[in-house]
Amino acid sequence: MKYTEHNLSLTGGNPPKSLTTSQKFAVVLGLTGLGIFILAITNYNFPNKSMWLAAALTAITSGIIWFSLAAYSHKTEGIKNDGVWFKSIANRGVWAWILGVVLTGFYIVLYFYPQFLGLRNEGDNTGLVGLFDPLSKILSGNPASQWFVYGTLYTIAILAFGFKFFLKYKHNRYEKLRTISVMFFQLAFAFLIPEFMARLNSDSFSLPYYDLKNIWPLNYYNFEQYRVDSFISAGSIGTGLLIFGIASIFIITPILTYKYGKRWYCSWVCGCGGLAETAGDPFRHLSDKSQTAWKIERWVVHSVVVFVTIMTTAVVHSYLGNDSSKYWLTKDLFLIGVGTLLTLVFALVMLFKRKELAKDAVYGAIGYFTLIIVLLALHFFGSDGNLFFFEAEKLRASYGFMIGAIFSGVVGTGFYPIFGNRVWCRFGCPMAAILGFQQRLFSRFRITTNGGQCISCGNCSTYCEMGIDVRAYAQKGENIVRSSCVGCGICSAVCPRGVLKLENDSMNGRINSNEILLGNDVDLMDYVNQGK
Amino acid sequence: MEHIVILGNGISGITAARHIRKLSDKKITVVSAETEYFFSRTALMYVYMGHMKFEHTQPYENWFWKKNKINLKQGKVIQIQGAQNMLIFDNGETLSFDKLIVATGSKPNKFGWPGQDGKGVLGLYHKQDLETLEKVAPNNTVCKRAVIVGGGLIGIELAEMLRSRDIPVTFLVREKNFWDSVLPAGESEVINRHIRNHHIDLRLNTNLDKILLDDQGAAKGVVIKETQEVIECSVVGLTAGVSPNIQFLKDSDIETNRGVLVDDHLRTNIPSIYAIGDCAEQRTAIGNRNPVEAVWYTGRMMGEVVAQTLCGKPMKYKPGHWFNSAKFLDIEYQTYGWVFAKPKEHEKHFHWRHSDDTKCITINYNKDSLQFIGINTFGIRLRHEVFDRWLTQKKDVYYVIENLREANFDPEFYAHYEAEIKTAFKASHTVHTLHTN
Repeated sequence: MKYTEHNLSLTGGNPPKSLTTSQKFAVVLGLTGLGIFILAITNYNFPNKSMWLAAALTAITSGIIWFSLAAYSHKTEGIKNDGVWFKSIANRGVWAWILGVVLTGFYIVLYFYPQFLGLRNEGDNTGLVGLFDPLSKILSGNPASQWFVYGTLYTIAILAFGFKFFLKYKHNRYEKLRTISVMFFQLAFAFLIPEFMARLNSDSFSLPYYDLKNIWPLNYYNFEQYRVDSFISAGSIGTGLLIFGIASIFIITPILTYKYGKRWYCSWVCGCGGLAETAGDPFRHLSDKSQTAWKIERWVVHSVVVFVTIMTTAVVHSYLGNDSSKYWLTKDLFLIGVGTLLTLVFALVMLFKRKELAKDAVYGAIGYFTLIIVLLALHFFGSDGNLFFFEAEKLRASYGFMIGAIFSGVVGTGFYPIFGNRVWCRFGCPMAAILGFQQRLFSRFRITTNGGQCISCGNCSTYCEMGIDVRAYAQKGENIVRSSCVGCGICSAVCPRGVLKLENDSMNGRINSNEILLGNDVDLMDYVNQGK
Repeated sequence: MEHIVILGNGISGITAARHIRKLSDKKITVVSAETEYFFSRTALMYVYMGHMKFEHTQPYENWFWKKNKINLKQGKVIQIQGAQNMLIFDNGETLSFDKLIVATGSKPNKFGWPGQDGKGVLGLYHKQDLETLEKVAPNNTVCKRAVIVGGGLIGIELAEMLRSRDIPVTFLVREKNFWDSVLPAGESEVINRHIRNHHIDLRLNTNLDKILLDDQGAAKGVVIKETQEVIECSVVGLTAGVSPNIQFLKDSDIETNRGVLVDDHLRTNIPSIYAIGDCAEQRTAIGNRNPVEAVWYTGRMMGEVVAQTLCGKPMKYKPGHWFNSAKFLDIEYQTYGWVFAKPKEHEKHFHWRHSDDTKCITINYNKDSLQFIGINTFGIRLRHEVFDRWLTQKKDVYYVIENLREANFDPEFYAHYEAEIKTAFKASHTVHTLHTN
C-alpha cells in the first residue's frame, strides 16, 4: 500500500470537514457580538448602551444567518447530513467539550451568581444586565434582570438557528411550518407578551410574569402562593389567567394530545423544545439509543412527575386554610380532590389499558401508591405546612434547584454537545412525561411504517433526538407508538426509502406488531401474524 | 439438539436465525468472514458520507445475540462437504452441522477489464470495500478524480458518496440512459438530469476499455472504449452489477449455476442444505422475478420462509406482489407491481412528470382489460399496503388514478399532485373514458 501511504502522509487522509471562508467570516462576526457581551461582563463601560447592545445582537444574528446561507443556500433540496460525524463540534470532539463547558458555565452563573452578570438589587444594573437595560425599558418599562438577558438571547437563538433549520429542510413543509411555529411562540408568547403584560401592572393591579404556553408541571411554580394571590387580586383578568392555567393541563392539553399527539406542544409550541429543535439540531444524533438508556429514562422522568406532583400538592396545601366558610377550597377538600383525580386516572388506565401496559403496570402502581401515601401524610401531619420532616417551601426550593435549574438548564442545555439536544425533554421534563403517557395510551398519533420497505439502514434511529430506536419498529413493519416521541418528523425526513410517516388516524390498529412483513407470501403472513 | 449453521450474516441469514430462534430451541451458529455483527449493507454509503458511524448500521445491540443464544463465529469457509455435513475453514478448522443455510450474498462483477485488480480499483459491496475507499479516497486532495463504471443502483450511490467529499466523479454508463434496462425512458431521463445537477460528469453510451496502472500497480486513469479518450483518476469504482458469491462451492457436490440452485422450498440438491438471499438461484423463475434476486427485501423474505421450513412447517417461497425502493441522490424511488422499461405486449404506460423535474410517476396497465399492473414513483412516497391491496384486488387503472390520494405517504403538509396527475391522465385517455362509459 505504498501508494496510499505516500498520499496519507501528505494530507493526513482525512475527510473534508473545515468551514468555508465565508462561514469562517460569519463565525467571526457572531463571536464579535459575543465579544461585546464579554466586555460588558468585565464591566467595560459602554458610552452608548443602546447602540452597543443593538450592535452586539445584530452581529450575533447576522453571523448565524450568514453562516446558514453559506452552508445551505447553494445546495440542492434534500437531506444535509454530509460529514456530521466528522465534525469535532458534532461528534463530541474538542470543540464540543469547549462549547459544553462554556454553556454549562453560563448557566451556573445565570442561575446562581447573577451578580457576576451585573445584576444589582439596589442602584442601576451594571455589566451585561446593565447593557440590556435600554431594551428592557422599551419593552416592559423596567430595568433588565438576568432573566431578561437570558430570554433575549434565547429568543435570538431560536429565531436565528430556526432560520438555519429552515434552510436545511427547505424541501420539507412539515419541518418548515413547525419551525415557524416554535419561532412564533418563543417571540410572542415567551418573550414579548409577558413584557407587555408587565406594562399593565400598577400599584393597584399586578399580574405575575406569565408565559401563557408554559404549562404546569413544566411551569412548576405556577400555583405558588404569591402567584395565585396575585392572580386572584388582579380581578377577572387574573382569575381568567388562573383558570386558563388549570384548564391548560386538565382540558386543553388532553384534547390536543388526543388529536395530534404530544408534538403539538413539544415540537411546535414549547420553548425548551423550540431551542432543542433549532440551536440544538446539530446535536440531535448524539442521543443514546441503547435499551439501558431507555430504562433509565423511564425511571428518571416518571420520578420527576411524582416529585413535582408531591411538591405542588404540598405547596398548595400549605397555604390553603381549614375553614370552609372563609374560602371554599380547604386543605382537606384539596387533598381529597387530588386523591380522587389520581385514583380516577389510575383506575381508568388499569381498567381499559392494562394489556398495553403489562410490563409497566407495577411501576405505575408504585407511583400511584407513593402519591396516595403522601396525600395521607399531608392530611395527618401536614397542618403546619410540613410533609414528613420537610417544609413545603423547602421541597419547592429543592425541586427548583435540582430540577428547575440543574436539570433543565445546566444539564439540559449545557450538555447539548455531549448528550444531544433533548436530554431535559427525555429524562427530566414532567410535562413531556404526562403528555407522553397520554400519547402512548390515548391518542390518534403514530408514526406509520410503510409495509415492508424498511432496509434497516439506521438513519431514523441515529437522528432521533429522543433516543428512540425507530428502526427496531420500522424493520418489523410496526408503527411507532412511543410516549417519548415529540413528533419532530426528522426520522421520516432522513429515511431514504419513504418508510415513515407521522400521522393522526384511528386508534384501531395503531399498534400493529408483525412477525412477517408485507410483501411475502400471504399465506405465511396469515399463518404467522394471526396464528400467534 | 439439532445444530443449524448459517453461512453469512447479512439480512437473509440473520432473518432466518431470528425466526428459527422464535420458533425453536435449536442450536444456531452464524458464520461470517466479513464482520462480527450483522449490519445493514445498504447503509454502508452513509458511513462514508458521515451521516452515521459504522455502529449505527447495526440493527441490534451487541448483547442481542448472546441473549437470544445465536452463536456468532467469524471465519472464512473454503469448502462445504455435503456428504459429511461439514464446513472447512481456511485455517483448517471444521464445523459440523445438521442443517446448513447458505446465505453468502453477492460479489461485484468484473468483466475482465485490463487493470481491474489494480490498487484503487474497487467495488462497493463489503465492509472491506468501504475501508479501502476510505483509504484511497478520503478527500479530493488524495483522490483528484474517481471514475465509476456501471450505471445501476450501486454506481449512483458511489457517485453520491464521492461527491459528498467534493471528489470530482466521472460516471460511465453503457446504456443510452441511466438504469434504462429497468426504468422507462421518461424516468431515466429525469435521473440523468438530476445526476448532472449534482455536478457528476455523466457519460452515457460509454464503455470502459481498460484501466491504466502506474508502475506500482495503482490506477492512474481509464480509457474509454468508443473514443480512446484517457481520463486521469486514482480511483475506479466497478459497479456493473453483482453476482452470487459462491466460488468456494465450485468443487463441492452442491449444484450451482449462476447461484446455488434451489427448489421452491429453497432446498439445494443436498437435503440438509438450503440457500437463501442473493446467492440462491431458483430452478424455476417465479412469475416475472429474476431467478437470482439480489434485493434486500427478497433476502429477508427467504429468511422468513426457510425458518418455517426448518422448524417443522415446510413452506414454499411464494413471494407476494413485487416491490422495491432506492434513492437517487435526492430523489426517492419506490415501485409496486411491475413496470418494465418498455411496455410488454398488451401493456401501456401512463407517465406524468412534475414541472420541477424531480417528481414523476409511471403507471403500467393492461391496455385491453385496463387492469393495473404496477407503478413507479419518484419524489412522491406511496403506501405499500394500499398498492399491495389494489394489486390483489386487481383494480383497474381508473380506480388507481381516482384513489391515488389514499395511497399518498408523503409527510403532512406536503403539496399534493393527485389532481394534476388525474387531469394529465384524462387528457391522454379520452378514448378509453368514452369506451368504459
